[in-house]
Amino acid sequence: MIEMRDVGFGYHGSAELLSNMTLSLQPGMLHFLTGPSGSGKTTLLRLCYADLLPTTGEMTAFGQDVRSLSRDGIAHLRRRVGVVHQDTQFLDHLPVAENVALPLTVSGQNVDMEALRDLLGWVQLGPQARAYPPSLSGGERQRAALARAVILSPDLVLADEPTGNLDWDMSMRLMQLLIELNKSGKTVLVATHDLNLIRATKAQVAARVLRISGGSLQLAGADL
Amino acid sequence: MKKLDFRGLNLKALWLGLVRSDGGAGDRIVPPTGFTAQLTVFSAGAMAFLAVFALALALATGRLAERWSSELAESVTVRVSAPVAEQEARTQAAMQILQTTPGIGQPRLLPDEEVAHLLTPWFGPDMPVDALPVPALIDVPVTDSAFDAEGLRLRLEAEAPGSILDDHTQWRQPLVSAAKRLSALGIVSLLLIAAASAAMITLAAKAALAANGQVIRVLRLIGARDITIATAFVRRFTQRAAVGASVGTVCGMIAVALLPGMSAAGGFLTGLAFQGWGWLLPLLIPVIAAAVGFFATRWAALKMLGAVR
Repeated sequence: MIEMRDVGFGYHGSAELLSNMTLSLQPGMLHFLTGPSGSGKTTLLRLCYADLLPTTGEMTAFGQDVRSLSRDGIAHLRRRVGVVHQDTQFLDHLPVAENVALPLTVSGQNVDMEALRDLLGWVQLGPQARAYPPSLSGGERQRAALARAVILSPDLVLADEPTGNLDWDMSMRLMQLLIELNKSGKTVLVATHDLNLIRATKAQVAARVLRISGGSLQLAGADL
Repeated sequence: MKKLDFRGLNLKALWLGLVRSDGGAGDRIVPPTGFTAQLTVFSAGAMAFLAVFALALALATGRLAERWSSELAESVTVRVSAPVAEQEARTQAAMQILQTTPGIGQPRLLPDEEVAHLLTPWFGPDMPVDALPVPALIDVPVTDSAFDAEGLRLRLEAEAPGSILDDHTQWRQPLVSAAKRLSALGIVSLLLIAAASAAMITLAAKAALAANGQVIRVLRLIGARDITIATAFVRRFTQRAAVGASVGTVCGMIAVALLPGMSAAGGFLTGLAFQGWGWLLPLLIPVIAAAVGFFATRWAALKMLGAVR
């Protein structure tokens, strides 16, 4: 799926933020990526959907060297990787239902209205289907983002601090959706600095916790 | 800079996007931009209006140059000036030379009345032309490209002194040259209008693309290919250019049609309207405007998308 070997990355003119990063996401597994703010969690996720390219090391996504991907190749990779950001952007001129269906639209696929309704129902946004993104609450936006991220049935779902702006109840509600997704066989990688969220999740489902520290990646211990 | 991979921009997909009434699946992904759209349509219309007049000017001056050139080549005049006693003999000598000159038809000696008529604009109707030493004039039709004006001029000088060959070059050539230059200026104007339209549409498209930078970024992140994003913008600007140019062209054609009809008194200025099949040519302007809109927006979209991973 996503394989990194001795991957390093540094932004232009800066020292390496990530170094000697070796990672293999296990299919069907729920992963957490944790670490202090600024440790490189978001950068690692951006490497996973080819928004950034590693400066050193080797990295493949679904068996392809990410450096060799064409622009269309990157687009195809992103259809296999659903992404939820802490501050997910929508097209504000389109209603929620059309925003959620956008990955289908831009990939030239027909929108199955019944499946779309089911998906909106799953994230409990049925009543907001015709609403416009600016009118949504933080929790509703994150659930809409999750629905959009999974509408193409991706192999991998990445969530970058998805609960960063949410209260505990709303965070757990979103986490439940990610757990359900994982139980349906999807590989999930959630970046978060919220250790309580990780503990609460691990109480329900097996999860692999990775910690970024000092620019490198370690498997976290059982203390989490 | 990394070479952009834009091989996916296939024209068939774009054409379907342009002509489908629902605008294609990707049409709604770009937010509506009212003001920019109106500016683009207006500018395209104004440019098309000007283009119609530039085209009319180019065609009219082209016709004029062609007409003058052909008239120039169709005939020459021999003027025989001699003392009264020798006038008749020298005129006959000139006629004999002309009758044996290859490349010309039957020379015609202009009768005195016709000569007097030609002189009337200068001397007035009351001047007794008979009393003046008016040269004899021989109109010579040129029928063949083998006609050698210089050779005839030398023969006349030698065998019929006082006979002067006038092939009209001296006074018509500058006029033909001016008409040809005007025609070229009309074509240059058309090219400048096309270039200005391209620049205007490029600026409008770049403004629209820059204003929608966040939209483009979102679309790329959810897996949109460059063709999908570019087509949405290209389609819009191509349509705006075509619609604006169509309106401008129709207005321009109506204005040209309302120009006064061609008359001898009005000369060149009344002959500006299109003639015959020439009325079809302005219909190409909206097509060319659409093509300009297509390529200008495509170029701008290419540049913009290259900056977004």
